[in-house]
Amino acid sequence: MALTFPRRAGRRRLRRFTRRDVVVLGVLLGIPILLDIVIIWGPTLASIGLSFTAWDGIGDIHWVGGDNYKNLVDNYPAFWPAVRHNVLWLLFLGLIATPFGLFLAVLIDRGVRFSRFYQSTLYMPVVLSLAVVGFIAQLVLGTDQGAINTILANRDDPIDWLGDSSINLWMIMIAASWRHVGYVMILYLAGLKSVDPELKEAAAIDGANARQTFFRVVFPTLRPVNVIVGVITVIEALRAFDIVYAVNKGRNGLELLSVLITDNIIGEASRIGFGSAIAVVLLTVSLGFIVTFLVQELRGARDR
Amino acid sequence: MAQSSFKGLVVPGSATGHRMSRRNLLRGAAVGVGAVTLPALLSACGEGPGGNKDEVTVGSNASDPVPKKAYAAAFTAYEKESGKTVKVNTKDHNDFQENINRYLQGTPDDLFMWFAGYRMQYFAEKGLLIEISDIWTDFTGFSDALKDQSTHEGKQYFVPYYYYPWAVFHRKSLFEKQGYEQARTWDEFIALAKQMHGDGIPVAFSDKDGWPAMGTFDYINLRANGYEFHKALMAGEESWTDPKVKNVFDLWRELMPYYQKGALGRTWEEAGQSLQKRETGMAVFGMPHPGQQFPPDERDDIDFFAFPEIDPQYGQDAVEAPIDGFLIAKKSKNVEGAKELMKFLATPEAEELYLKGDPNNVAVNENADTSTYSALQKKSVELVSNAKQISQFLDRDTRPDFASTVMIKAIQDFIGNPKDVDGLCNSIERQKKTIFSQPVG
Repeated sequence: MALTFPRRAGRRRLRRFTRRDVVVLGVLLGIPILLDIVIIWGPTLASIGLSFTAWDGIGDIHWVGGDNYKNLVDNYPAFWPAVRHNVLWLLFLGLIATPFGLFLAVLIDRGVRFSRFYQSTLYMPVVLSLAVVGFIAQLVLGTDQGAINTILANRDDPIDWLGDSSINLWMIMIAASWRHVGYVMILYLAGLKSVDPELKEAAAIDGANARQTFFRVVFPTLRPVNVIVGVITVIEALRAFDIVYAVNKGRNGLELLSVLITDNIIGEASRIGFGSAIAVVLLTVSLGFIVTFLVQELRGARDR
Repeated sequence: MAQSSFKGLVVPGSATGHRMSRRNLLRGAAVGVGAVTLPALLSACGEGPGGNKDEVTVGSNASDPVPKKAYAAAFTAYEKESGKTVKVNTKDHNDFQENINRYLQGTPDDLFMWFAGYRMQYFAEKGLLIEISDIWTDFTGFSDALKDQSTHEGKQYFVPYYYYPWAVFHRKSLFEKQGYEQARTWDEFIALAKQMHGDGIPVAFSDKDGWPAMGTFDYINLRANGYEFHKALMAGEESWTDPKVKNVFDLWRELMPYYQKGALGRTWEEAGQSLQKRETGMAVFGMPHPGQQFPPDERDDIDFFAFPEIDPQYGQDAVEAPIDGFLIAKKSKNVEGAKELMKFLATPEAEELYLKGDPNNVAVNENADTSTYSALQKKSVELVSNAKQISQFLDRDTRPDFASTVMIKAIQDFIGNPKDVDGLCNSIERQKKTIFSQPVG
């Protein structure tokens, strides 16, 4: 790619790049491209290839065709729950946590009292890693020694917040949202600050009420922020891993695709072929979102 | 972990002392990239340069404070005796296990701690371990059962160090105060559990970690179906849909109502502490588990009884007594040094040194001094020496991929929903077939 620059420049008789610059440019572009291929495309293609094999990481690689996928769908009891949990996670973050973050951002932007205090309090959890959030969740929600159960003091029939598979996912999603809300809030806050106040004034002169002003005028101008928040939400939902792993290794109601991949590939088990098949499923789902996003973006860029 | 991988690191000095220009910066960056990647590549090719013959590195999974300190005492004694240094790299117990495959293929320590039986043989089969038959012939004080657990296809790989039996543990004083009797048969056991539950001190139970409940499964299976069936089931030869297996789950379900609630959210440490606080009456545990949760001055109050008899044909013949010990990885850089250390660790004195710091286990060597044993340790020795068969543990008697990806979830599912035994057994069997159809190595 870099080599086309001098030729075109030559045609225009504006030779702006010396040979040395070309080399520097080539190296500077070449290294990232090489790294991209080695670090991203290589493993991706290797995963896809390995997903059709049985391999324990040491001995011979056995070709098994589509068996891994068939096993995954038919025989692996953790697979469908994991898919369901990932979807729930996405919906929860997308429909509850993200709008709530926007709501807080709007409130703070309108200048409620102590807004700076709220702002920093809500943003605080964002500096924590999700694994740490998981540990905090355990301190709060543990069965015997957790803060909530200690306050409830119901020793005979304690609520098993993190062990009961019908509620633990919700508890963990709330804990994850605690962090996500702050993140979304700060992004929207930045976006709201950059909205031209004249737009709001114009809307007010036209007789729009506060709700109409927000949904018809302010929100559409936040489009770039919306896109970023949307992407972050999807990424957070698909890569969710550390928090459930910190809580119970992602078992018993907290299965996620990312955890199944880890368990199969890097655990003592080393079912690398089988784990790769799960990874390919996750890749396909991610690609679905990435492609949609790119198409939207490119179309949006053209329209503008 | 990998000490040698950084030996070749060159700190790029080009950026210092000169006025920074763009090209200098680039040059510096290129050197930096080279310096970072080159040693990594070199060490990936295998042996780093040299390797200190007077230093033996030990990969340790003894991350809990009590065993960690006890091991340190034994290694210090070896350092004094031999004049060599022992460098211990301790990793979290569970992490060590989960990363074992990559550990053995990467840059393992000279000697590492591991488990006896199938779980060792699996890696021997894969060719990741060094045979130590030559030094095994000189070992004394190890029984044939121990030799068996250290052997794969006629070759020895493993130095056993200590073991601990699984049984039903409880507080002596609590049993006296409440007038409870140790149970010998299953019916007595259920009656006892029911009585405890009625008194508001249920049976302690935890399976958040995924493995503690396996002990109960193993014992019901051993008592109801015998040791041979356990072995065959774990080896993938018997079917999980066999009525015998369903019977195990059915028996287990009888006990479920008397457990403390919320087992899946409770760690084994918490269950052990509830036993210590007299909130629960008894628990199926390995010996170190309650031991580590009790303060030292209360350890004398711990007592146990053998898991009750179910089928008189099998009585209380089998005892689950996992053995821990040492192995040498194929990629070890100092095999001779590791073997020397192994010879020391196989002596009764080395075991005594360890047990002084961690009296929750029992020495494997027959010549080890038992006069300092606590009553509990003496009782353990008796329990194991009277056993007709010794099993290891569910996750040590079968393939690791089966234990970790199938059985953990299966048993947790059973605890969460004890009713659907048929569905559960069918699911285990289907997964077992796919996993066992793949060859080891």
